[in-house]
Amino acid sequence: MDPRFDANTETIDEYLLRHERKQLLRFLTCGSVDDGKSTLIGRLLHDTKAIYEDQLAAVEGASKKYGTQAGQADLALLVDGLRSEREQGITIDVAYRYFSTEHRKFIVADTPGHEQYTRNMATGASTCDLAVLLVDARHGVSVQTRRHCVITSLLGIPKIIVAINKMDIVDWDQSVYDRIKADFEAFSEKLPSREQVFVPMSALHGDYVAEGSEKAPWYDGPCLLELLETMDIGSNEQDTPFRLPVNHVIRPDLDFRGFGGRIESGIVRPGDRVTVLPAGTESTVSRISTFDGDLEIAGAPRSVAIVLDDEIDASRGDMIVALKDQPTVADRVTADLVWMHEDPLQPGREFILRHGTRVTPCRVRRIAHRLDIDTLETVPCDGLGLNEIGRVELETDVPLVFDPYERVRGTGSLILIDRIGNWTMAAGMIRGKSSDLRWTAAPLSGADRHGDEGLVTLEEREKRFGQKPATILLTGLAGSGKTRIALMLERALFDLGRVAIRFDGTTMRQGLNRDLGFSAEDRSENLRRAMETAKLVNDEGIICVAAFVAPRSTTREKAADLVGPDRFLVVHCNAPLEHCRSLDPTGLYADAEARSLEGIPGISFDYETPENPDLSLPSHQIDPEESVNRILALMNERGFLR
Amino acid sequence: MTVVRDQLSHLQSLEAESIDIIREVAASFQRPVMMYSIGKDSSVMLHLARKAFHPGPIPFPMLHVDTTWKFREMIAFRDRTAKELGLDLIVHSNPDGVAQGMSPFVHGSRVYTDVMKTQALKQALSAGRFDCAIGGARRDEEKSRAKERIFSFRDRNHRWDPKTQRPELWNLWNTRIGPGESVRSFPLSNWTELDVWTYIHLEKIDVVPLYLAAKRPVVERDGVLIMVDDDRIPLEAGETPEMKSVRFRTLGCYPLSGAVESEAATLAEVITEMLVARSSERQGRVIDHDGDGSMEDKKKEGYF
Ligand SMILES: Nc1nc2c(ncn2[C@@H]2O[C@H](COP(=O)(O)OP(=O)(O)OP(=O)(O)O)[C@@H](O)[C@H]2O)c(=O)[nH]1
Ligand SMILES: [Mg+2]
Repeated sequence: MDPRFDANTETIDEYLLRHERKQLLRFLTCGSVDDGKSTLIGRLLHDTKAIYEDQLAAVEGASKKYGTQAGQADLALLVDGLRSEREQGITIDVAYRYFSTEHRKFIVADTPGHEQYTRNMATGASTCDLAVLLVDARHGVSVQTRRHCVITSLLGIPKIIVAINKMDIVDWDQSVYDRIKADFEAFSEKLPSREQVFVPMSALHGDYVAEGSEKAPWYDGPCLLELLETMDIGSNEQDTPFRLPVNHVIRPDLDFRGFGGRIESGIVRPGDRVTVLPAGTESTVSRISTFDGDLEIAGAPRSVAIVLDDEIDASRGDMIVALKDQPTVADRVTADLVWMHEDPLQPGREFILRHGTRVTPCRVRRIAHRLDIDTLETVPCDGLGLNEIGRVELETDVPLVFDPYERVRGTGSLILIDRIGNWTMAAGMIRGKSSDLRWTAAPLSGADRHGDEGLVTLEEREKRFGQKPATILLTGLAGSGKTRIALMLERALFDLGRVAIRFDGTTMRQGLNRDLGFSAEDRSENLRRAMETAKLVNDEGIICVAAFVAPRSTTREKAADLVGPDRFLVVHCNAPLEHCRSLDPTGLYADAEARSLEGIPGISFDYETPENPDLSLPSHQIDPEESVNRILALMNERGFLR
Repeated sequence: MTVVRDQLSHLQSLEAESIDIIREVAASFQRPVMMYSIGKDSSVMLHLARKAFHPGPIPFPMLHVDTTWKFREMIAFRDRTAKELGLDLIVHSNPDGVAQGMSPFVHGSRVYTDVMKTQALKQALSAGRFDCAIGGARRDEEKSRAKERIFSFRDRNHRWDPKTQRPELWNLWNTRIGPGESVRSFPLSNWTELDVWTYIHLEKIDVVPLYLAAKRPVVERDGVLIMVDDDRIPLEAGETPEMKSVRFRTLGCYPLSGAVESEAATLAEVITEMLVARSSERQGRVIDHDGDGSMEDKKKEGYF
């Protein structure tokens, strides 16, 4: 049924073409219990003529039995379709409804306000481009209003319309509207910014729903439907790089091997260079095969079968991605979770994780914090209860191939499934590789206060010690002479009457870092804690000599940022691998060969040579005394020694 | 720099989503099956399944639950389609019901539907040990369907519990089940009736001719036009079938499917009529009028 079709002015094919080209907007209604979400959807469906006569008659009949409107048609019953919902007059699970107007098509998810059913609200919200958040004019912004607001924000819904409903009950009092608007703004200001508009409304009577009204002369904005029809839904999933999680390998005979899947992001064309991750195999797209013939271009969210040039082994769970702009591969990721089960989440628990088409066992290593819905502060916690939101570190058996959720929804989202009952326990938004995020994580609330000012100032210390504090990071392969140089540098500084302390990977691992191993993540964390220590030491006016392999340039950059770039010196001991291996002062390389050890820099993974070190020491050619002299000269030159 | 895009139309996006769901079923279940009811939605679903696995064959069988009261034209269409496309077609009728001579005219639509549809379906699913059945239901069809997940969990007794549905986020389907449990998957969840007809029209999908208007013998009962498809329909005294130009908006068992008077003999005409229609497609379905919430009750019992 479409009242906008007029057989006298256009043919059916013209109409269908026009209809086909309309933009689709997926939105949800959310907000606290009884704020009028279902009534609003019923009203929208009714006023856009999306209801058939027999459906309306059925609602009128049911209203006599269940309705809240004294026998009048209760439009909420158009969406509250379950028996228990009708009996209790509440929404329990999300209902999906479809309607269209002259300009757009809409899929609307009417979600429950009741806190108990927050998971169903999240279900409805996960695929939406816009949220309509209702607030009851009588009650104002409640905990549940805030919770829904936060969930839509976490899920990255880019637009929000705040509908201040039941204005009829407060006599369309502008001050009520203004106060709620101000309250809401004060809260949402603390969330990442997004387009946010307000509209006063009576869902029950239809004021400012599908049409404007005279009721609020003080409001000169558009009605809700006009907002829905005109708000820009710009984000295009084809603007981000190509990602295709392999869903099903189509292999009818030896001549055809197609990697069937849905493009989650970007576009692809025959001839494009791609990589299959996590294996890292490179290839070229030779065909984009579909039932309707090969395509010259395909973009998200199309389902296709990709044929590659080479005989490459890829299976469900793998991801085919653009070679020149690849996602991150890691088995430890940090994610924000919405916990959706009565049994609280405990650290250490194991789950089945689904991400893209990958299904893998995983473990929650740590719960970093919980988000306080009222204050939006991050607070320490031991677990996450039903409907709570928190940040966790996950460790997966198979590495994940991901983009941060805010970049690509389709490759940044995950769910956790209970291993025994198979219930969906949590929805997760990946923020990044855990080791990366730890460097920049903000302190928890309560821990973020500054300590008391000391009674001895930094200037006083600098004066007494005759130095400005600095951290000298000695980086280089194992066996490149870092430790020897560090020891001698410390001695030399002491002999000059300066105050310095020294540590390296081995000393750190004796105590502070004894929980860390030698994976890339743990190495990064080892260095982070060392650098946090260096920072404390520097803050007290003391020089810090730190000898670490620190093989990643990104990690060294993070270290500089942490300690402070103007008091951080990178000294590269650039003895080549062959030299270090032949010298092998600690027997590490021999050991590595004999027991095929993992995690040896330069062997199991590359050492990334610093591009612009403050000093480069050919430590295989000059003796340690000379190295120390050069470092001291540099420190003098930069004004650290007086 | 010009931005190159692959702009998808609305139907192309729906198609992409459905194909992805169908592939997901094939990839993550041991023994999937696709329900084939011969109607318009099944025809679209079958078409999408062919697209999903092209150039390979559809990797699962089709299941038709035959109540023995389907329109004859439907059965002929089914057999022709299965042959032309080389489908692995399973047809099941409830033997107990057949032995008892179940008839909607004699036993009433409620008992008949339970025995010949719900029980028959459960028998067939259990016998085939199918762990996932793909169905063509759409959310816009009925108010309890509007609430159902795309991957909808069923317990050991094939029951749906609308109050404890699993959360379903993004397109991260949870397809995990325990022994004896199963899933019903609905790739057409987000399609509307208009989408289905438009797609049939644009993709030139073959449908049972009963969807198009033609002169057919009908009798009127309780305001519903019932087609006299064979002589099992007991005519009441003075009741004589009339030839009327009619078509069907939904197809099922002929005694339970109401016809609408219409002259729309082409798909374009059918769609045109649909755009001005004032009643829903379900109105012609006798079984939906057994009471408010009857669909939900049937689904809880295992009905599709
Ligand atoms: N006066 C007045 N009443 C309203 C308005 N909107 C909704 N109501 C009434 O508020 C009650 C709750 O409405 P619903 O639409 O069921 O609320 P809901 O937000 O969907 O509730 P849940 O889904 O259970 O969270 C009903 O009695 C409605 O008739 C309004 O604008 N004005
Ligand atoms: Mg509601």
